[in-house]
Amino acid sequence: MRIDCPLCGTRDRSEFTYQGHALALARPAPDAGEAAWDDYLHNRENPAGQTRDLWYHDPCGAWVEVQRNTVTHAVTGAVLAAEAKR
Amino acid sequence: MRLTGRGLVDPDHPIAFSFDGQTYEGLRGDTLASALLANDVRLVGRSFKYHRPRGIWSAGSEEPNALVTIGEGVGQTPNVRATCQELYEGLLAQSQNHWPSLKRDAMAVNDLLSPFLSAGFYYKTFMWPRAFWETIYEPIIRRAAGLGALPGRPDTARYDKAWAHCDLLVIGAGPAGLMAALVAGRAGLDVILAEEDSRAGGRLLAEREEVDGMPGPQWVGSVLAELTELPNVRLMERTTVTGAYDQGTYGALERSGLHLSDPGDVPLETFWHIVARRAILAGGALERPIAFKDNDRPGIMAAGAVRAYLNRWGVSPGRSVAVFGNNDDAHRTAKDLGEAGVRVAAIIDSRSDVEIAGDAPVYTGAEVIGTSGRLGLSEIRVRHSGGERSIRTDCLAVSGGWNPSVHLTCHMNGRPVWREDIAAFVPADGAVPGLAAAGAAAGSFSTAGCLADGAKAGAEAAEALGRPAVKPDLPRAEDGAYAISPLWAVPGKGRAWLDLQNDVTVKDIKLSAQENFRSVEHMKRYTTQGMATDQGKNSNVAALAVLADATGRSIPQTGTTTFRPPYAPVSIAAMGAGSRSKGFAPERFTTSDKASRALGAPMIEARLWYRPSYFPHVGEKTWREACDREVGMVRSAVGVADVSTLGKIDIQGQDAAEFLDFVYTNTFSTLKPGRVRYGLMLREDGHVMDDGTTACLAENHYVMTTTTAAAGAVMRHLDFVHQAHRPKMDLRMVSVTEHWAQFAIAGPKARDLVNVVLDSPIDNDSFAFMSCAEVSVSGVPGRLFRISFSGEQGYEVAVPARYGEALFRLLLSQAAVLGGGPYGMEALNVLRIEKGFITHSEIHGRTTAFDIGMQRMISAKKDCIGKTAAARPGLIDEGREQLVGLKPAGPVRQLTAGAHLFDAEASATRENDQGYVTSVGYSPAFGTYLGLGFLKRGRARHGETVRLVDHLREIEALCEVCDPVFLDPEGERLRG
Repeated sequence: MRIDCPLCGTRDRSEFTYQGHALALARPAPDAGEAAWDDYLHNRENPAGQTRDLWYHDPCGAWVEVQRNTVTHAVTGAVLAAEAKR
Repeated sequence: MRLTGRGLVDPDHPIAFSFDGQTYEGLRGDTLASALLANDVRLVGRSFKYHRPRGIWSAGSEEPNALVTIGEGVGQTPNVRATCQELYEGLLAQSQNHWPSLKRDAMAVNDLLSPFLSAGFYYKTFMWPRAFWETIYEPIIRRAAGLGALPGRPDTARYDKAWAHCDLLVIGAGPAGLMAALVAGRAGLDVILAEEDSRAGGRLLAEREEVDGMPGPQWVGSVLAELTELPNVRLMERTTVTGAYDQGTYGALERSGLHLSDPGDVPLETFWHIVARRAILAGGALERPIAFKDNDRPGIMAAGAVRAYLNRWGVSPGRSVAVFGNNDDAHRTAKDLGEAGVRVAAIIDSRSDVEIAGDAPVYTGAEVIGTSGRLGLSEIRVRHSGGERSIRTDCLAVSGGWNPSVHLTCHMNGRPVWREDIAAFVPADGAVPGLAAAGAAAGSFSTAGCLADGAKAGAEAAEALGRPAVKPDLPRAEDGAYAISPLWAVPGKGRAWLDLQNDVTVKDIKLSAQENFRSVEHMKRYTTQGMATDQGKNSNVAALAVLADATGRSIPQTGTTTFRPPYAPVSIAAMGAGSRSKGFAPERFTTSDKASRALGAPMIEARLWYRPSYFPHVGEKTWREACDREVGMVRSAVGVADVSTLGKIDIQGQDAAEFLDFVYTNTFSTLKPGRVRYGLMLREDGHVMDDGTTACLAENHYVMTTTTAAAGAVMRHLDFVHQAHRPKMDLRMVSVTEHWAQFAIAGPKARDLVNVVLDSPIDNDSFAFMSCAEVSVSGVPGRLFRISFSGEQGYEVAVPARYGEALFRLLLSQAAVLGGGPYGMEALNVLRIEKGFITHSEIHGRTTAFDIGMQRMISAKKDCIGKTAAARPGLIDEGREQLVGLKPAGPVRQLTAGAHLFDAEASATRENDQGYVTSVGYSPAFGTYLGLGFLKRGRARHGETVRLVDHLREIEALCEVCDPVFLDPEGERLRG
């Protein structure tokens, strides 16, 4: 698997550390309530198809939101987490 | 039998080799198979199950029979296909799977027992008594069935792994692959042309054909000459592409040194990861057998292989050869044999409507219905329109047609498509993204068709990658139609073999259908058809045709089993190259590593780092003696320890303080320059992630330390929090762990030692506990921190890493003057346990700030990572296991980490579990073991007696629960 690091270009998967769904970018407010925090911390979809997840490019330190397909394994896009939509 | 003056072998370079202890001579250019045939060796092995005598079937990597062991001793390699092994001087080969010898194999008794050993026999025959299966039946069956044996010792030979990238990977360098590479190479594409054989050319080396008016091999030479001139084309010979994976990634095995008598520094095999934007599968086709009674004798071969031995290696596999086929290829074989002066005993064609010219006896509408010859073919029996007759012959060339090599196109779930006109499966379009099949692999069986197909595929790849190709003039070549009438198995009694390697017969397939294992996948498992090392390359299509017939379905309805990587066997040693012993992980060494080892310190691993356990003195018999001495030394004088492995993260920017407030539970924005603060970091789920000190070196400039274990995770975490949650904060972070060598100096005489190396001495008042400063260390700009992980007066001195070793040596020599010296991880551990300081033994991922008694460190005045989740009722419940100290109540043998805690009177069973021990050490100061652990409601139970039980080590002890801080709870020593 290869991922396009927005800073470094196409790099092998072994340079990245996986984190989980990009939902982790949308941190609820401290007072958002139990349900919102429960969803944020624990509840994840397991889609067959398009998904977006977070990868850390260890050499450059960039968190990248990667769009990929869990069925075809196609990687269709990557943006910096700092610039991704929340 | 070698035919002089024929083939591409070099008659001037004889090569001596041995097979089963006998010495033979081959020629340069030979494979082991061609050299054996040249020496009239036909019997080369015994079959897997029935131990039937077997010979060479093919001339390529699909070989099911001719598996031999190469070499001897540690270096011996079993199951090498003789058809792929190039001959080298002194090559040692042994046949396999027989006892006591190849010619007299006692295990051949299995063949007589075959009525009891048919497909699925082990599901039925050896069922009773039940207990016998594992102890008696299975071991006997396993011993009787088999291939070659491993040497039983580690393989010391060299293997390698490699990576390559290209625009276009062309798989196979036959006519289609060569044309594809030529067209794409001329268009400027970065091309890798991978060829499994030792020599490019494919079938052009095996046939007597002209291309562009030149003999085939000569045309191949001219193309190779041009490809070699193109700097953008890489030819990789002896390289089998073994698998197709995601995103245009291909696995390939290069047999880099297996053809050399002394490989020297050359690895035996190299496993390649090739990443290609496009790929062309030009892997050709494999000839398939026809099943008939006793079709497995040595001397019965694929017709195409007979031509290959004849035309490429100048070897006739027999003195008199009969040919049997259902397509025109059979006649081509007879023609080549005739031209080479080999006697053609008969041409047997299953089709009635063909005209065959030539001098040999011709039987049309005929079939071979049986053979004889104990260790090799001597006679065949033919049924024809006029009746039956026997024909004496020592070789039978069989052609049941050709199967395109579709395998790679099936590696990503693709299913091949049946083409009725050629009675074969061809690759489905787009089965592997970016991969196109061309030539015989796509079902074009004429040479002209292959050349045109290859050129077209090369041009399409170039076009797709934005480098339009010039249309080449196609070379003139043979363009005959492929005429075939399917024949899979000749009807009749007796065993007709399909999978030669796993001894599967037509009858076995029918039995499978009869017992309702009708799905092709069920049939495969029931009969083991296609499950041998050749993965059914020769026999699968015929087997499923037989299954289709037995179940009354068509071949497309029956479908195929799944082809999975690898296409051909790959040795584990090649795939795992570099990954054994120390090869699994890099090693990180501190600047004091050499000096520590020179002092005899045994090293222990801390993640990738190596740290000294202890520094033994002469006369010390156990690690404990050294550890106790080092602990005493720190408590009474001074000790030096390398703490460079702790993570160090430099944080700068005008929002740095606010950022630290957000990642730490406690407040850092109030920290003044020149001061250090202990910080606790949570994960977002409310559990403790890490702890450490952060120093404010100047306004907007901090250095955070992390534990050794979590250094990488904390760096990722900080980057995440910054980029994901606070992207607008103005700060930058970088790991400086390896930039600084840092040494802890601890003990009542710590300041005396520090002042020896500092250019400007410090005193207790001007440089109080939790101070930090930039200092000059023997003329080198460094940093000084007054922090303590031992509970003693403590400092940490940091210098740029290149001065680390010198400073360590200097500190040790000066410490010695003060009665001190180095201390290792064991002493460091005891010192911190005495003080109740936590490590990742305690903050192991399942503990909260509440559990470790630091609940109050979560500031109420601000938000921080993990704050909301840490406030969940379940994480602050008084019934949780809480950090406590444990000291023996009465004499004990030992306390152990990992032991569990129980009420003093309760039985030591899981439902009574009250907690567990995380750290223990022997404290010389207290003269006893001390422990840290987690105990339900622990903070309310100080003074209680609990029972410690280590079920694994069978240790029990009564312990008193106490505060985790055993020594100097007021902190007078560290402030002194």
